[in-house]
Amino acid sequence: MTSIKVMTLKKTTRLLLSWCLLMPAFLLAQAGGLDPAAQLRPPTDAWPTYSGDLTGRRYSALGHVNKTNVKNLSLAWVGRGFVEGTGATGRAGPGAAGGRGGGGGRGGAPAPYPLIVSGLGPGDYNTGGPPSFRGSIVMVDGVLYPTSPDNVWAVDARDGSILWQYYWKTRGGTHTGHRGVGMWRNFLFTEFHDNYLVKLDARTGKEQWRVEISSFNEQYFSSMAPIIIDNHVIVGTGNDLDAPGFLQSYDPETGKRQWIFYTVPMNPGDPGLETWPSLDAARHGGAQVWVPGVFDPETRYYIFGTGNPTPAYTTAGRGESVGLFTCSLIAVNVDTGKMAWYYQTSPRDMHDWDSAQTPVLIDAMINGRPRKLVSTAARNGYFFTVDRVTGEHVATSKFGSVANWAKGLDDKGRPVLNPEKVATIPGAIVNGSITNWPPPAYSPDTGLFYVPENNALSIAYLIDPDPRGSMGLGGRQASGIGSYGNYVTAIDPKTGRIAWRHHLPGGSGPTGMLTTGGGLLFAGDGAGNLVAFDAANGTPLWNARLGTVTNAPQTYMLDGKQHVLAAAGDMLYAFRLN
Amino acid sequence: MRQMVIAAAVAALAWTAVPGAAVQDPPAQPGGAGQRGRGAGPGPQGAGRGPNFPQHQRPPGDPAVIARGRALYGVNCTACHGADLRGGDQGGPNLLRSQVVLTDQHGENILPIVRSGRQGPGGLMPAFTLPESDVLAIAEYIQSVMSSAGRQGRPPERDTPVELNVLVGDAAAGQRYFERVCSRCHSASDLRGMAARVADVRALQNLWVSGGISGRGGGRGEGDALAENSRVRVTVTAPGSAPVTGRLVRIDDFVVSLVQDDGVRRTFSRSGAKVDINDPLEPHRRLVLELADTEMHNVTAYLATLK
Repeated sequence: MTSIKVMTLKKTTRLLLSWCLLMPAFLLAQAGGLDPAAQLRPPTDAWPTYSGDLTGRRYSALGHVNKTNVKNLSLAWVGRGFVEGTGATGRAGPGAAGGRGGGGGRGGAPAPYPLIVSGLGPGDYNTGGPPSFRGSIVMVDGVLYPTSPDNVWAVDARDGSILWQYYWKTRGGTHTGHRGVGMWRNFLFTEFHDNYLVKLDARTGKEQWRVEISSFNEQYFSSMAPIIIDNHVIVGTGNDLDAPGFLQSYDPETGKRQWIFYTVPMNPGDPGLETWPSLDAARHGGAQVWVPGVFDPETRYYIFGTGNPTPAYTTAGRGESVGLFTCSLIAVNVDTGKMAWYYQTSPRDMHDWDSAQTPVLIDAMINGRPRKLVSTAARNGYFFTVDRVTGEHVATSKFGSVANWAKGLDDKGRPVLNPEKVATIPGAIVNGSITNWPPPAYSPDTGLFYVPENNALSIAYLIDPDPRGSMGLGGRQASGIGSYGNYVTAIDPKTGRIAWRHHLPGGSGPTGMLTTGGGLLFAGDGAGNLVAFDAANGTPLWNARLGTVTNAPQTYMLDGKQHVLAAAGDMLYAFRLN
Repeated sequence: MRQMVIAAAVAALAWTAVPGAAVQDPPAQPGGAGQRGRGAGPGPQGAGRGPNFPQHQRPPGDPAVIARGRALYGVNCTACHGADLRGGDQGGPNLLRSQVVLTDQHGENILPIVRSGRQGPGGLMPAFTLPESDVLAIAEYIQSVMSSAGRQGRPPERDTPVELNVLVGDAAAGQRYFERVCSRCHSASDLRGMAARVADVRALQNLWVSGGISGRGGGRGEGDALAENSRVRVTVTAPGSAPVTGRLVRIDDFVVSLVQDDGVRRTFSRSGAKVDINDPLEPHRRLVLELADTEMHNVTAYLATLK
C-alpha cells in the first residue's frame, strides 16, 4: 500500500510538472497573477518585471511590428487623467478609500475608481498634480502598473482607463524618480522614498503589509523597482549622506528579511577594507544600490551595480585608494546574499558617477569559445564586458566621445582617474555624466548593446577645500559650458567597439531603450518624439511626437496584436498596427 | 557574518511587517526609531526634490537652550569634534553624519555616550561629568546645526564663507593666448569692461569659456525650444522651394522649426529638405575641447584685467 501511494504521488507530481511546463500561459491566467518563473523567459504577452525579463536586455522577440511595417504603427489609446495623491480637493481624504472621477474627458461621466490612501506622513506631498512616469510599467494579464513617487496606478491595458490608485503619504526623503513595481503572483511590491517596502493586492490595490527597509533618520531614500526571484524580493535603497550602501532580500509572503549585503566594509576583516583609510571611512563610504539588477539562473547570481563613494567630490576623508565596493559590478548569490565576484568600473570616483546602471546578460562566442558575459555602460563614459561566472575582465572601451576624466586603462581594463580632472579651486574642464540610470538594451539578433550617450563639458570648481573633506554631495560647484551632442550608440559587447552612433540633432538626449525581434530599437529622442530606429544601423524609421518621452518604451502582445507603450510625463500612449 | 545585522544602529532597520494592517489606520511607525512622522512640508533650505529628512523637518528648538548648548559645546566638545561639528584635531568623528546623532531626538542617544565615554573610531572618548540638562542643551545645539544642513548630504553653510583664490592664472600668458587664438574673432577692445561687468572670477570664467551660455546645458534645445536669445541660425531649403532663414527654435530627425526675422514661426519637414545650421558658438565649442585648464586660468586672469 505504502509503495502504491508513493507511486501515485510521484505520478501526480510528474503529471503536474509536465502540465506546468506545457501550460505556462494557462497557469498565468488561471492560477492568477505572475508565476515568478515566467520572468526567466523573454517577454511576449506580458512585461512582468523592470527590464521585461531578468536578463536586463529589454529585448522582446516579438516581430509583428518590424522594419517593413513600422511606418504604419498607430495609436491604440491614450491614458490620461492621472492625478497624484488625493487630488486638488483632497476629496478622498486621508485614510478614506473612496472613489474619484477618472478619465478626465470633457462631457463624459467620470468613471469612479478606488483610491487607497496609506503612509505615515501628512499627505501634503505629491498630491493634486500630474505624475511623471519615469520608471518601468509592469504589464501582466492585461493590466499596466505605472508609478510616480508616492503613487501607484493599475490601468486597463486595453483602453487606458484607471482601475485603482494607491497613494502613499510620505514622511519625506529625497524624491528621485520612481522606478516601478515588482510582481509576484497576484501581488505588487513597491518602494517608497521614505523607505517602506509595501505589498499590494494587484487586483484591488489593497495593502497587504509594509516593511521599513532602511532608516529615514539616517537619510536613506528608496526608489528602486523591487526584483522578484523565486521567493526573494530584492530591494535597494539610496543615500547621499556618507552612509553605507546595501542590498536586501525579503520574503514575499511574510515580509521578513532574508539577508542583507553591505556594499562597503562594515567590520574589521571584511573584504575591501584595505582600500579605505579606516573602518570609519568605509562605513561612511556610500556605494548605494538604487537601480534594478539582473539574474543568471545557472549560477544563481544576482548581478547589480553600486553607486558613488561618499563624500562624492572630495577624497580627503576617504583616501587615495579605490574604495571598494563603490562604483562596481557585483554578483551575489540570490539565496545567501554572499558576494561571488566584483569588478570596479569607476575606481576612486570623484565625480558622483554611480555605476548603478542595469547590467545586461549576454551570451556570445569569443575566440571560438561560448562565453557567459555581463556588460554595463557606466555613467563615466566607459563600457565594460566581464565574464558573469568569474568576474574576469573581457573588454573595455570609451563610448563617451568627450569623456576626459581618465588617464587610460589599467591592466584589468579599469579606467584610471586623472587627478587633474577633478573639481579644483580655479576650475577644471571635465565631462558630465555620459549616461545615467535610464536603461540600455541588447539585441541577440544584431549582437549590439544600445545606450544613451550624452556629451557635455562643465567647469568643476572645488568650493569646500576643508582638509577633512566635505560631506555627501557637498564641496563642488559645476557650470555647464557646452553640449557636444547626444547620441543613440550601439556597441559590440564582445569588443567594446562602437558599431554605430546616431546623432540626435536637438533635445536633451535619448531615453532608455527597447529592442525587438522586428529589427527595431525604440527610444524617446529627448526632443519630443518616440522613435523607432533600425536596430542594425540607427536609421529613424518611424516617429510620433508625444512631448518629451519620460521612460523606456516597452512592448507586449495583447489580443493578438503587438503593442508598444511609452509614457510622456503624465500621459500613457499605446501603439499597434491597426 | 557580513550578511548579519551587526552594527547597532542598523538594528533600527530590523524588519517589522504589519500583516493585513488596515489601510485606513496606519500603525505607529515601526522599526523602533521612535520618531513620529512630522510635517513633511518642504524644508527650510529650499530642500530640492521632495520634503526632506527628519533633521530638516524639526521645529526650531528653544533659542536660549541652543545658545547655552552652543557655549557648552565650545568648551567641552570642539577640540575633538570641531567647531563646525565635522570632526576636530583630536580625532573625534564628524557628528553631522553620525548614526548616533542622526537617530537622536532629544539627547537620548547622546546622553549615555557623554556620561560614560566610549571607544570611537578616532580613539577613546572620555566620560564627562556634565549635568544632564547641560548634555541635553548640547544635543539641542547639535540638532539645530543638523537642521541647517544642505540637501543631498551637503554640510551647513559656513557663517563666514571660505575665501578661495580662483584667480591663479598668469595674465601675461593669458594675453599671449588671447592674441594667438581669441583674436581671430574678438578684440581686446570688444571685451573692455568685461571684468567690471562680471566681477566674480568664476562667473567671468564660465561666461567666456561657454561663449555666454554658462549655467545652461548648452547645445541645441532642451526639450522643445532653444533659448529666446539663441544665436543659432538655420536655412531650410525644402524641395522645389526657395531657402528660408531664421532663428533655429527646434530640430529633430523629422522637423525643423525657425522664427523668421519678421517674427513668424515656421516648421518644415526634414524629408528631402536641405538644412544648414549656422551656430556662432560652434568654433568656440571646438576650441574648448582643446583648451587646457592652465590656459583657461591664464586667459581668465588676463580678462580679469579688462576692467
